[in-house]
Formats: sequence, C-alpha cells, structure tokens
Amino acid sequence: MTALLRLLPFLRPYRGAIILGAVIAVLNNAVGILGPWLLKLAVDALQSGGTVALLAQYAALMVAVAVAAGVLRFYMRQILIGVSRHAELDLRNAFFAHLQKLPASFYNRRRTGDIMARLTSDLESVRSVLGPGVMYPLDTISMAAFVLTMMLLLSVKLTIAVLIAAPLVSLAVFYLGRVTFRLHTRIQQQFSALSDCAEENLAGVRVVRAFAQEEREYRKFDELNREYVQRNLAMTRVQALFMPLMFLLFELVTAMVLLLGGRAIIADRLTLGGFVAFVGYLGMLAWPIIAVGWVANLFQRGAASMKRLTEILDVTPEIAPPPVPHRPSVIRGEIEFANVGFSYDGDRPALSELSFVIPPGRTVAIVGRTGSGKSTLVSLIPRLFDPTEGRVLIDGIPTTDWDLRVLRRTIAVVPQDAQLFSDMVSANLRFGAPDAPQENLMRAAEISQIAKDVAAFRSGYETVVGERGITLSGGQKGRTALARALLCDPKILILDDALSAVDTQTEEEILHGLRRFMAGRTSIIISHRVSTVKDADEIFVLDEGRIVERGTHDELIARGGYYAELDRMQKLEAELEEMDEDAAS
Amino acid sequence: MSAADDWSREDEVLGKAYDARLARRLWSYIGDQKRKIALAAVLLVLGALAELAGPLLVKVAIDRCIATRDWHGLVIIVLLFAGLAVSATVLRWSETYLTGAAGQYIVYRLRMQLFEKLQRLSIPYFDRNPVGRLMSRLTSDVQALYELFSAGVVAIVGDVVTLVGIMVVMFVISWKLALITLSVIPFLILITFMFRRHVRDLYRLTRLKIARLNSYLHENLVGMRVVQLFNREPRNFAAFDEIGRDLKGTYLRTIFYYALFYPAVELISAVAVAFIIYGGGGMLLAGAVTMGTLVAFIQYVERFWRPVRDLAEKYNILQGAMAAAERVFKVIDHPIEVPLRELSTATPAGDEKMEGVAIEFRHVWFAYHHEDWVLKDVSFRVAPGESVAVVGATGAGKTTLISLLSRFYDVQQGDILVNGLDVRQWDLAKLRRLMGIVLQDVFVFAGTVTDNIRYGCPDSGAETVRRAAALVHADHFISRLPKSYDEPVMERGATLSTGQRQLLAFARALMCEPPVIVLDEATASIDTETERLIQDAIGRLLVGRTSIIIAHRLSTIQRCDRILVFHHGRLREQGTQEELLAQRGIFHRLWQLQYGGVTAAMQAGEEA
Ligand SMILES: Nc1ncnc2c1ncn2[C@@H]1O[C@H](COP(=O)(O)OP(=O)(O)O)[C@@H](O)[C@H]1O
Ligand SMILES: Nc1ncnc2c1ncn2[C@@H]1O[C@H](COP(=O)(O)OP(=O)(O)O)[C@@H](O)[C@H]1O
Ligand SMILES: [Mg+2]
Repeated sequence: MTALLRLLPFLRPYRGAIILGAVIAVLNNAVGILGPWLLKLAVDALQSGGTVALLAQYAALMVAVAVAAGVLRFYMRQILIGVSRHAELDLRNAFFAHLQKLPASFYNRRRTGDIMARLTSDLESVRSVLGPGVMYPLDTISMAAFVLTMMLLLSVKLTIAVLIAAPLVSLAVFYLGRVTFRLHTRIQQQFSALSDCAEENLAGVRVVRAFAQEEREYRKFDELNREYVQRNLAMTRVQALFMPLMFLLFELVTAMVLLLGGRAIIADRLTLGGFVAFVGYLGMLAWPIIAVGWVANLFQRGAASMKRLTEILDVTPEIAPPPVPHRPSVIRGEIEFANVGFSYDGDRPALSELSFVIPPGRTVAIVGRTGSGKSTLVSLIPRLFDPTEGRVLIDGIPTTDWDLRVLRRTIAVVPQDAQLFSDMVSANLRFGAPDAPQENLMRAAEISQIAKDVAAFRSGYETVVGERGITLSGGQKGRTALARALLCDPKILILDDALSAVDTQTEEEILHGLRRFMAGRTSIIISHRVSTVKDADEIFVLDEGRIVERGTHDELIARGGYYAELDRMQKLEAELEEMDEDAAS
Repeated sequence: MSAADDWSREDEVLGKAYDARLARRLWSYIGDQKRKIALAAVLLVLGALAELAGPLLVKVAIDRCIATRDWHGLVIIVLLFAGLAVSATVLRWSETYLTGAAGQYIVYRLRMQLFEKLQRLSIPYFDRNPVGRLMSRLTSDVQALYELFSAGVVAIVGDVVTLVGIMVVMFVISWKLALITLSVIPFLILITFMFRRHVRDLYRLTRLKIARLNSYLHENLVGMRVVQLFNREPRNFAAFDEIGRDLKGTYLRTIFYYALFYPAVELISAVAVAFIIYGGGGMLLAGAVTMGTLVAFIQYVERFWRPVRDLAEKYNILQGAMAAAERVFKVIDHPIEVPLRELSTATPAGDEKMEGVAIEFRHVWFAYHHEDWVLKDVSFRVAPGESVAVVGATGAGKTTLISLLSRFYDVQQGDILVNGLDVRQWDLAKLRRLMGIVLQDVFVFAGTVTDNIRYGCPDSGAETVRRAAALVHADHFISRLPKSYDEPVMERGATLSTGQRQLLAFARALMCEPPVIVLDEATASIDTETERLIQDAIGRLLVGRTSIIIAHRLSTIQRCDRILVFHHGRLREQGTQEELLAQRGIFHRLWQLQYGGVTAAMQAGEEA
C-alpha cells in the first residue's frame, strides 16, 4: 500500500479542489442525515394521531432536503472524480516525460509491450484510486460519523451492536486486500507478457509470413492467453466474494438491530418512530459498507499497479544532466576521444583505449568488421551512452558537461536503420528542425537525392509513410533519414553506414553534394565501401573496439594492413570485372 | 500532423449505438458457456428474491411481533432473516464467479480468434494499421467485451428481476400505495433516457481516443532513440499531452453527466419516500395500511434506485462493448486481400522435397495505390537451378518483386508462376516454405540466438543451427557472446550490431535448406571481408538451387548466371554480365560508376 504514497505529489496541485470536495461531502451528509430524522418525526406523528397537513409538511421538507443533498452530490462528484482525470493526465505525462529521459540502454533491456501495458492498463488501475478511491472514503467516513451520531442519539445499545461489525469489516478487507494485491500483480505481469508477444508478432509480421510461422505464433500466444485466463480466474474467485461478504455483514447487523430494537420497543425503551428512523439510518450505511469492500479492492489493485509504474519511474536516467550545463555561443565542432573505453554489460569491452582528435571541419571515416564497434563509437558522441572509461570531449569540453539539448542539436546522426515515423514525408524531414523554411527542406532533399523520388509520390511531400517508413524502399528510407539530418544544419554530421541500401550511382551523387555541405562541418562516415571513404581526411580501422590502423587512404595502402587488404579485395573485383568486359567487347 | 492523423484515424468510424446484428453475433460467442450463464442467471434470480424478502420480513416483524409484543415470533423471524441473508450471499458469490469465469473463457476465445485472424491478414493490412492500434484491439477492446459478459448480460437480468420483484411485492402488499409510490417512474425513465443519449457517444469517443493515444505511444517507444537524437522530446511531449488532454476532455464530459444522473435518481427516490409519507400516512390514519407496510415500502424504495443506477451503468458497459465489438469484428471480418487459395486441387505433387523450382513473371503490373505503377509489364523466367541477380536504383521496384513472389501482395495484372503454377493457386504456407528469404528490413525476435536461427524450422537440432551459422560466418561473433548460442537476443536485436542482425537473418533463411533462395541486399551492412567469405559459401549453396539476389555491390552478384536490370519499374535489360556490358546500357553505366572511379562516374552522370 505504501506504493500509493507516491501518488500524493500528483494530488498536491489539486488540494484546493480536494478540500472543497471534502467540505461538500461533509455538508452533503449533514443535510442527507435529516431525511431519516424527518421520517422519525413523521412516524411518531402518525402514531400519536397527527394530521394530514402535518404529513404534507414533512413530505415537503424531505423533498427539500433531497434537493439540497442532490445539488451537493453533483458538485462532489464533479469535483472529486474530475480531479482524478486531471491527476491521471499529469501522471501519464510525467511517466512519458520520464521515458523520454531514459537512455538507449534502458530501451535495450525493456520490451515495448511491457512498457505499453504499464502506461495503459496499470495507469487505469491507479486512476481508479485517485477518483473513486478519494471520493468514496471521504463520503463514507463523513456519512458514517453523522449516521453514528444520530444513531447514538436514538439508542446507545443498538449503536453498539452496529459497531461490533466494524472489526469484522476491517478484517475481511485486510485479508482479501492482501490476496488481491498479489493476484493483481500476477495478472498484470502476464498481461505484459501477452502484450509483448502480440507487439512483436505484429511488428515482425513480414518475417512471420515469410517463414510461414503463423501456426507457431498462434500457439505461443494461446499459451500466454491461457495462463492469463487462469490468473484472472483466481482473481475472480476472490473478487466475487468482496461485495456479497460486505452485504452479508450488513444484513447480519440489521438482523441484530431488529432483534434488539424489537425487544427495546416491547420493553417500551424505544418508540416505533425511533426504531424506524434507526433502521433508516442503518439503510444509509448499507452502501458505504459495501463500498468499503469495493474501495479496498480498488486500493489494492491500484497499489499493485503503482508499484509497477514506480519500477520504471525509479530508473534513474544514466545520462544525468550536468550541474552547470555548458552552452557555448560558438561551436567549432572538434571531437576528441581521450582514452575511451566502453562496455555494454560491464564485462566484455566493446571499445577500448580509444584516443584521437578530429579537428573542426575534418572528415573521418571508420571502417571495420561487423560488430567491431563502429556504431558504438559514434553513439558515444551524442551521449546515447556515456563511456565507461575516459572521456569524450567536444571543443575540449567533456560531453558530460554539455547541455544535453545543445550537444544533440550540434550533432546530427543518420542511423543505420533509418527509423522514420508514420507521418508525412515533410514532417519526417523536419523532425529535428520543425521550423526550417521550405527552401532549406528542398535543398536537403536535393543533396540526399530523395527529391526526385518524392516528386514521383502521389502527394509529394505530403505523402504519409507507414509505420517506421514501411511504405518506402530501403534506399528511400536511408536518404530520407539523411535529409532529415542535413536539415538540422548540424556542426557535426555522423553517417552510420547510412548509404548501404543506396545504389552506387545514387551514392556517388549524394557524396558529391555532401562534400560541399560538409565544408566547415566535422563529419564521421562509417562505411564498408572504399569508394565512400577514400577521400576522408583520415580513416580509422576498427577491430574489436580498438583502432588498429589510422591514416589517409594512401598511408593506409602503404601500410599494407586491413585497409589495404580491403582495397585490394575491392580492386581485385573491379579488375576481374574489367577483364570480363574486355572479354565481352 | 493532419495527414498523419488521417492515416491513424482510418478505421476510427463511429457506428450505431445498439445494433441488433452485433448483439446477436456477440450472443453467439457465449457458445459452450451457455450452461454457466444459465446457471448464474438462476442463482441470480434466487439471490435477488432472497434479498427482496428482507424488507418483507421487517414488515412482518413490526406488524405481527413488535406491535403485538411477540418476542418468540420476533426471534424466529430474525433467524429467518439472517438465514436468507446468508443464502443470498452464497448465491451472489457463486453467480458472480460463474459469470466472471464465463466471461474469461468467452474473451479468451475472442482474443484467440482475433489473433488468428491477425495471423492470416495480409501485408497490405499491416501497411495501413499501426501496431499500437492493433494492440488496442487485442487488449482494451477485448477487455471491454469481458466486462460485457462478466458484469453485463447476466447482471441486467438480475437488476430487472429485482425491479420487477419489488414492484410485484409492493402491489401485493398495497396496490394503492404502490401506485402512489411508483408514480415517479415516468420521471425516472425520462432521466435515464436523456442520460443514456448523452453518454452514448462519449463512450465511443473515449475508446477511439484511447486507441489513438496507444498508437502514438507505441511509435514513440519504438523510435525513442531518434526522438532523443533529434531533440524532439518537447515537441513529442506536447503532442502526447494534447492527445491526453483531448481524452481527458471526453472523460470530464462523461463525469458531468454521471454527476447529474446519480443525484437525480436519488432525488426521485426521495420524492417517492415523501409520497409514501404523505399518501401512505393518510392511508394509515384512515386505517387502510399498517405501520409495517410503510416501513417496508420505504425500504423497498431505497432498494429500488440501486438497480436503476446499475442498469444505467450497465448500459454504458453495453455501449462500450458495442463499440469495441464493432472494431473487433471489423478486424475479424476484414477480407483477406491476398486470399489463401482459389483452387484447392492445385499444389503440384512431390512438393515435399522439391529440387529445381522454376519462377516466371508474365506481364506483371503492380501498384501499391490505384494506378501508381511500381512494376510495369515485367516478364522474365528463372529456370530451375538458375541464379539471377536483380540490380537497379533504389525505388526501382526490386523489393516489390520479392514481395510479390512471396505473395505479400497480389498483382493487378499478369501472373507469377512457380513451377508453372500461379502463386494464387499455391498453398501459401507451402509456397513460402519453398523460399529462404532475407528481407531488406531485418527483424529478429526476442529469444535466444538459436531460436532466431531456427525460426523457420523450429524442430531442428543444435548441430544444424551451428552449421547454418557457420555457413554465413555468424559463428564467429556468436561464439564470443557470453552464452554463445543460448545468448538472449533482446527485442529487435537491440544488443547486436546491425551487421550481426543481418547475419542472423541470413542464417535463418538458409537454415531450412529451401529450394529457392531470395536475398534482398542481405549483405549490405556486412563488411567486405565477411561478405567475401559468405560469398564463397553461398556459391556452393546455390548449386542446384533457384535463386534471386538483389544487391548494389556488383561484386555480390558475380556468381549469378544472369542479371536483370530494373529501371523505374520496368525490366530494361537482361543477360549475362558480358552481354550487358557489351550493350553499353544502364548496367554498363552502373558498372562504370562502381569500378571506373569517380571521374568516370561524374561523366556518366552528365551524359545521362
Ligand atoms: N545495446 C547493446 N548492448 C549490448 N551489446 C551491444 C549493444 N550494441 C552492440 N553491442 C555489441 O557491441 C559490439 C559492437 O557493436 P557495433 O558497435 O554495433 O558494431 P558495428 O561495428 O557493426 O557498428 C557487437 O559485438 C555487439 O554485439
Ligand atoms: N508498402 C508500400 N506501400 C506503398 N508504396 C510502397 C511500398 N513499398 C514500396 N513502395 C514504393 O514502391 C517503390 C518501389 O519500392 P521498392 O520495391 O522497395 O524499391 P527497391 O528497388 O529499392 O527495392 C518505391 O517508390 C516505394 O516508395
Ligand atoms: Mg529494396
């Protein structure tokens, strides 16, 4: 239950409304309490031979009381339940904002379906606590206080009989609540698993189809679904008990009152009117008592779900903002790696002992085997990860001291897998620079050679691309991602094997345009093609996370290492082809 | 964002509120749970009756025992009262459990049916529907239907029984007083009607906005890395906030009507009590009714408004369920754009171990939208055992070619034949099992490395998995993972490099030893050295197998028997490398670009 304490900050902005709601709840019950009292007066009057006119008065008063109570209840609901929806939005937004701060490492570990389940289904459980969970206890407690006072006025003995039920109610609530908490947690876990399975199946639908694995996917989902049903059934069993049990307690108390009250009337210690009023008051307690069971249930579920939310809210973003963020007015774009080492799991190093400086405006290319750490290296620059050893410096300032936004605005990355969004082409291009003028957009599109393609699309730049750009061809995606980066007008440009899906002719055209664009900007180009990298100011060859060779194209050729071999291989192929051509012509 | 919104709103149409056809269809889902539901209904009626008897007993206690000071009689009646309460509780408990359980089973089936349909729907459908939206169908929509079956159907019966029961008892005790009391009912009906009308549309709007929120959330989660890299957090937050606010607005309007409705019902019940006091009091004074009768009536009135309130709430559940059902059925009823098989006779014999598969495209025209032709009059034939390379600029339609061959989409004109048989007549699963495909968009699953490699043939042993991995030289990196082949692969292969993911996909495609091999830029992200090693292995593998290989690096296609050159959706050149170079056409230019150095490339570009 302590998990729910974390909700208090979300209620704080609405404390005024909550207090107002509470006051109205108290007023409402104070007014509502008059009903049965009028009933008592009426019954007593009937017993002692009152007139019809008197009855009419009582009846009118009762309606007046009900109208007043109704108005108050309207405002109570409106205010208190409304607060829950406001707080829900705040909570959801806070959660989302937190997710936006979490680094790449978090998303590597977590599954999308799971996070979605927490942010939807768990959030709803928590919301129920905020609304009904706040309103009903307020209502119930104030009503119980008033009702018990009136009951005491009518008959002390009968009231004591009623109060005997209280410990029973709390006992039942406590026990059932504990079970609910446990079962609800289990259900939500399974719900996450189910969501994960569905999410992956839907996102990977082409592979599922291509390998004709629908059967097996179905069975997998079936298994998870069955288990989900089982866990829900366990919960249903307990939950079905809540309300009937409370009802039973209430009815037993009524029975007791009937017995004791009857005896009191027989012994002339109580008037019939008093008795009727007492039964009336007891009736007012019926719903609150039953509601206690219901609310307790809400609280337990809410607590279990809140715990799942806090599990994520408590993940501290490893990429912490510096105490005094560095926001330079002029950025040169120098990149320095000072003895950098990095490991994803704290065990196997992905990068080790990297030291180099890229002066502003230079172009550096990185080549190396698959998995040698090229992407990892460049991901340290915009602080997707922080190095485990050493420092990465931009303009001589460690990236960790930079204002993260400024740092990332300085850098534009074209990721290996374009990562587009289901939006218009223009919106995708403007992703990093929403206010860029149209002419800049056109120029970026020209340089990336996507302009021609877009011109051929049905609605040009307004064409909506499917989720993750699914309706574009591979090369179109890569070029869109390139244009998106260029439009940011970055000081540092990073191409992570961005053109691998682009044909040679287009690539050549792109590189040609890029050369002009890159003047005055620092750039890092990762590629497997010698033709792409040979004009770079310096080329790094990465192997197992270390730089094993570095130099210009000519220097590296002269050294006769990996790069020279790469060149030789690609040349050899060319020569082979040339021989073929000679043979053909 | 407007166009994007259109896209995501595509199937967010509001249908009718209550639809007899939908209701009938939902009813059919009760199926084998009918007995549970029927039993629950019986229990519920009994429970309602037991509860109904309470005030009656109170009346008897007052009139017969308390008024006449009959202590023994009182004790007996109180015991009866307690006994009834206990049985009502037991009845209610079992009823709630039974309906809950029935609801769970029904919803289980519905969810499986939905999932099964999602396994059969073809790719065009997924092009149009974001994952987040489809997930809403499987989760929150199905949940709304659970509420219908667990809390809705049966409880409505219970509430109606209670209401009718109360009325009947009232009339039996005193029909005059009953008439007086129940004179408020028209107002009740009027209020309920107005409430219903307002809340109805809000309810469906809510569901729709939730789905929109989910879609947006999903896309952001998947693309969070790019969101962060491009400093989009504030903007995307603002968009998320706006969707959330929109949803909140709908909720607040709903709350308003609830806040109005509940007190109104209570007011009406207070008016009824006032009528009892005034009218009934007069009758009492005239000796027409007893005191016990008055008390019983008051208690019944108090019990009257609960079911009324419940019914209004049930109505909402019904609303929500109808809206959800509409969307769920829309998925279930969606025509499969690539229908399974038209002729059931057709699969050629001896397909179990098929060597040498022939592939033929005959005047194929294809467009993703209406008339935007992506492939135009494409015809070619791949002989059994032949290996064919496909080259062309990006967007030329190469990937589309493969999508058509594996029947992700159907052609608009022309035919695609595999072993002489139209792909539309093939058993889809059999057709696809013929082919080992490496898609351009690599997708790996959460699970172990082994699971991923043997995805297409899950029953293969560890040894076969290793062999496939070794073939594409993936064993090198796999063996260095902490748990080697048992290393868990995160969602989308997050902890692998792109090239490594591609190697896994490659191994996966070769794993099942398919007679046809299709590679769509399968080695684009793999370094030249590894690629070369793979080439050698593949060269051996391709012998005797039909293959289609798409690649930009011309070195990759060296070993192919024939080359097809695509340009703007047309097959422009085909032949062996020598022939094509001699033609001095498109291929020749591509070739010069790649091997003729930059200057030659620029010249060629200017010439063009
Ligand atoms: N998020 C991650 N978590 C754990 N390991 C990773 C992660 N990303 C990459 N790796 C591992 O780090 C190594 C380097 O990967 P990467 O930098 O992507 O290589 P590449 O040179 O192909 O770009 C690989 O062995 C890969 O498996
Ligand atoms: N699912 C799709 N929906 C709509 N258009 C698509 C889809 N997939 C590809 N296209 C379009 O079809 C054309 C050809 O794409 P594709 O076959 O992927 O080319 P490539 O030759 O690069 O493989 C491109 O213009 C692309 O935008
Ligand atoms: Mg392609």
